[in-house]
Amino acid sequence: MINDTYYKRRYVIAGIAIAVVAIYIVRLFALQIVDQSRREKADNNALVRQPVYAARGLIYDRNDSLLVFNQPIYEVLIIMREMGSNFDTLSFCQCLSIDTVAYRERISQISDRRKNRGFSKYTPQVFMGQLKKEDISLLQERLYSFPGVSIRKRTLRDYTYNSACHILGSVGEVNERDLERDPSYRQGDYSGRDGVEKQYEKQLRGENGVEVLLRDSRGRIQGSYNNGEEDRTPTAGINLHLGIDIDIQSMAEELIGEHIGSAVAIEPQTGEILALVSMPGWNPKDLVGKARGNNYMALLGNPSKPLMNRATQAMYPPGSTFKTLQTLVALDQGGITPDTRYPCNGPQSTPIKCTHHHGSPVDLGMAIEQSCNPYYWCAFRDLLQMDGYGKGNKHFRHRYELWREGIMRFGLGQKFEDSDVPDQKGGSIPSTKLYDRFYGKTGWKAITIRSLSIGQGEVLVTPLQLANQAACIANEGYYITPHLLHNDSTYLQADKRHETGIDGAYFKIVKDGMERVMTNGTGRWHNVPKWHICGKTGTVQNSHGKDHAIFIGYAPKDNPKIAVAIAVENVGFGATWACPVAVKMIDAYLSKHYPELADEEQITENRE
Amino acid sequence: MNQRNNIWSGVDWITIGLFLALALFGWMNIYGAGYSFEQTSIFSFDNRAGKQFVWLMTAMVVGFCILLIDEKTYDVLGYWFYGATILLLIATPFLAHDIKGSLSWITFGPVSLQPAEFAKCFTAIAIAKYMGRYGYRVETWKDLVVPCVMVLIPMAIIMIMQKETGSALVFGAFLLPLYRQGMTGKIMGSGVIVAIVFVVVMKCGWIPDKWLDKVFEPHQKTRIEVLLGIKEDPTGAGYNVNQSLIAVGSGGFWGKGYLKGTQTKMKFVPEQDTDFIFCTVGEEWGFVGSTLVLLIYLAFILRLIMIAERQRDTFSQVYAYSVASIFLVHLIINVGMVLGLLPVIGIPLPMFSYGGSSLWGFTLLLFILLRLDASRVNKLH
Repeated sequence: MINDTYYKRRYVIAGIAIAVVAIYIVRLFALQIVDQSRREKADNNALVRQPVYAARGLIYDRNDSLLVFNQPIYEVLIIMREMGSNFDTLSFCQCLSIDTVAYRERISQISDRRKNRGFSKYTPQVFMGQLKKEDISLLQERLYSFPGVSIRKRTLRDYTYNSACHILGSVGEVNERDLERDPSYRQGDYSGRDGVEKQYEKQLRGENGVEVLLRDSRGRIQGSYNNGEEDRTPTAGINLHLGIDIDIQSMAEELIGEHIGSAVAIEPQTGEILALVSMPGWNPKDLVGKARGNNYMALLGNPSKPLMNRATQAMYPPGSTFKTLQTLVALDQGGITPDTRYPCNGPQSTPIKCTHHHGSPVDLGMAIEQSCNPYYWCAFRDLLQMDGYGKGNKHFRHRYELWREGIMRFGLGQKFEDSDVPDQKGGSIPSTKLYDRFYGKTGWKAITIRSLSIGQGEVLVTPLQLANQAACIANEGYYITPHLLHNDSTYLQADKRHETGIDGAYFKIVKDGMERVMTNGTGRWHNVPKWHICGKTGTVQNSHGKDHAIFIGYAPKDNPKIAVAIAVENVGFGATWACPVAVKMIDAYLSKHYPELADEEQITENRE
Repeated sequence: MNQRNNIWSGVDWITIGLFLALALFGWMNIYGAGYSFEQTSIFSFDNRAGKQFVWLMTAMVVGFCILLIDEKTYDVLGYWFYGATILLLIATPFLAHDIKGSLSWITFGPVSLQPAEFAKCFTAIAIAKYMGRYGYRVETWKDLVVPCVMVLIPMAIIMIMQKETGSALVFGAFLLPLYRQGMTGKIMGSGVIVAIVFVVVMKCGWIPDKWLDKVFEPHQKTRIEVLLGIKEDPTGAGYNVNQSLIAVGSGGFWGKGYLKGTQTKMKFVPEQDTDFIFCTVGEEWGFVGSTLVLLIYLAFILRLIMIAERQRDTFSQVYAYSVASIFLVHLIINVGMVLGLLPVIGIPLPMFSYGGSSLWGFTLLLFILLRLDASRVNKLH
């Protein structure tokens, strides 16, 4: 029989086994359940997430003309680890038409983790980007002889017309700031930098897909992970339709040509912008691809500031075009009646002389037609002094506030906050505070601010605001927030309709006057009578050089389809420089879209 | 005839069941560890799973044959086996091809065998025979020293001549059968204390490098330093353990699924089908699978202890405890290494790791025990 003095030791030995297994299970629990970090480490080891770029949305104009589309471009990717020591650098360089110095420079750029955060020898890195098909065709043929080199296709913007650069904007690679602000962007993604591309980035962008690949411990790609179940196919961006009519847009750009200026056209019933021209501009194709950086810097350094969108950012005194609003506000607030007449002494008038030749006294219709300065000074003065000045100018100041409010209801002196037009400036209808600062609370009277009566002095407006003002007159009292998108239902809602609160009958008087501007007044030389254009010219005094030419107008008079504003800098009279551009735009737009309007006209004319 | 029938009815089928469960699950995981995209069948000789299947089949044949051999053979020929084993171990370095710095493999045509894997078994038989002598008392100085020397001889040969520290360390398992027979607990207790003191002193950097360099090979020193967190070397000495921990840790609760482990499939863990096979379980079968495997091992070892306790002669009991202890030490060292609790010591996980020698060695070890156990009933007569 065996010695069993030590039989209890079986429990010690079994205990050791149980204890060790228990310790190991606890360790497993700690590794696999408590600490989750290793899952990510394993994924970083073996998974490569390759973006599959989504096609950006296309952009069309109101007539379905394609404005912006995508062109295929190619990127040369390298996996350094796979290139090996026998890599034929020389012929690789020859295929891409670069020299070995550029090659080495590029390699060191890629390998620098400070510049290229995602660098790894094991994953594809962009060696050269934005190449045309012809640039890579040689490499494509010989790809088999370059291990670790691959070609990836993606898309770049391309443009049908050399036009509308400011509206369309451009697309560029995201920078560090974008990456920090929006984590859904990845290094190498593109995003809209300005214009519609930026404004509608969310819609246009689409959603990039991802392809999850497996790499082995040596960094070689071994195929798709989990049979591609983790992959996501890209979703193309949404196509946009703009209210722009590219023909009118291009035409206006050509008409302004070498001058510095802008033109804006709006469809009054809808508030859709038909044209938004700022000159000088650039060829949209210049801000695409490899040349983007250099071309952008050149535009930035250009003294005529082509990057500025003058249609929404340039601010001018409105000049005589302001008289239309002065008429409406004065009538509405009781400063004048439709029958009010004022004397005009022509060039001898004080405090503002008249620059036109006409009889005296002047009635309202004649005042608009002949742009009579003394009439508007008198009307402005009488409006502001209606209740006398009062203690501490109380009544006068109150009247001024009311007047300012009336003017601002036309969309002046503020940005269209509810609009999709990017990069607007607000302009300025001076507040009492401004004058208080200049003159002291009681130090200014109607005579002090007399320039306002004829749209000179401290009042500043943008061409977009001027076009909107014309649309508002065309609509006889309201405007729809001007916007770029075509047939967009959000702009049909009530909160986008802005009422001036002024009686429609007063608008009739102004419209008659503006029609007479085109038939008998400053616009008569360039009129196209069949469209019944209503307009008003303006010439803005410019202390730095020649006057700025301004024009606002719409047509046809009783069935408005297009409202226009033109501002051309440093050329002289509005009647000479701005009016013909507007008339040609109106003529082109109406003959294209509403030829029947002209036919009716002819029929009635024939009857007469 | 009568006795034969007794043998089959006396065989402990539970142990065989646990053995086969571990071996088959190991085989599946060897296939997983070798799995990549151009995959061959689990039975194909182009991959290690196919080869392991053959090893497993032949091991079963070996096991069957052992059950047919009279149990008295081991008692009678115990010292002869031991002597032959020692000679083979000494000859091995001269016959061996150098495989990764180790001189422990002898090649016969297409197969390589590692005699050290079999030495454990014959050493166990020899000390069992010695300790089974009439009047043996482990408490006496002489009766303690002789079996210790019997263990130390193959251990020294394997460590010094074959440079297989891991295989040699396993011989430490023989302390447990000695302890069970009455060797003073102070020896094991002082061993544990020495280990703890060593870890503390090493961690504090109080041991001069000169001394360490004398005791350890440079790679062993770095492995210990990495384990104790003295050195960080995730791309060099620590690479294997780091990747192993990532594999295990990324498995989570349920695991990534069979053949779906990225660490495993993409070969981030070197030696994954042999010494690091357990991290494949960790990654693909998760906490649930790994715990289950550990519990099966525990059940297996406890069953062996139970078998040891029901032996009626010292020879069988010492041998049985030796077997249980060898499995236990393999489990402790191997899983401890994979889980980053012990330094990297290259020994297989019994039945699980790829390798014919180790599988055959463990089969031999276990089936001799099962044969002894099956015939214990006869000892009464």
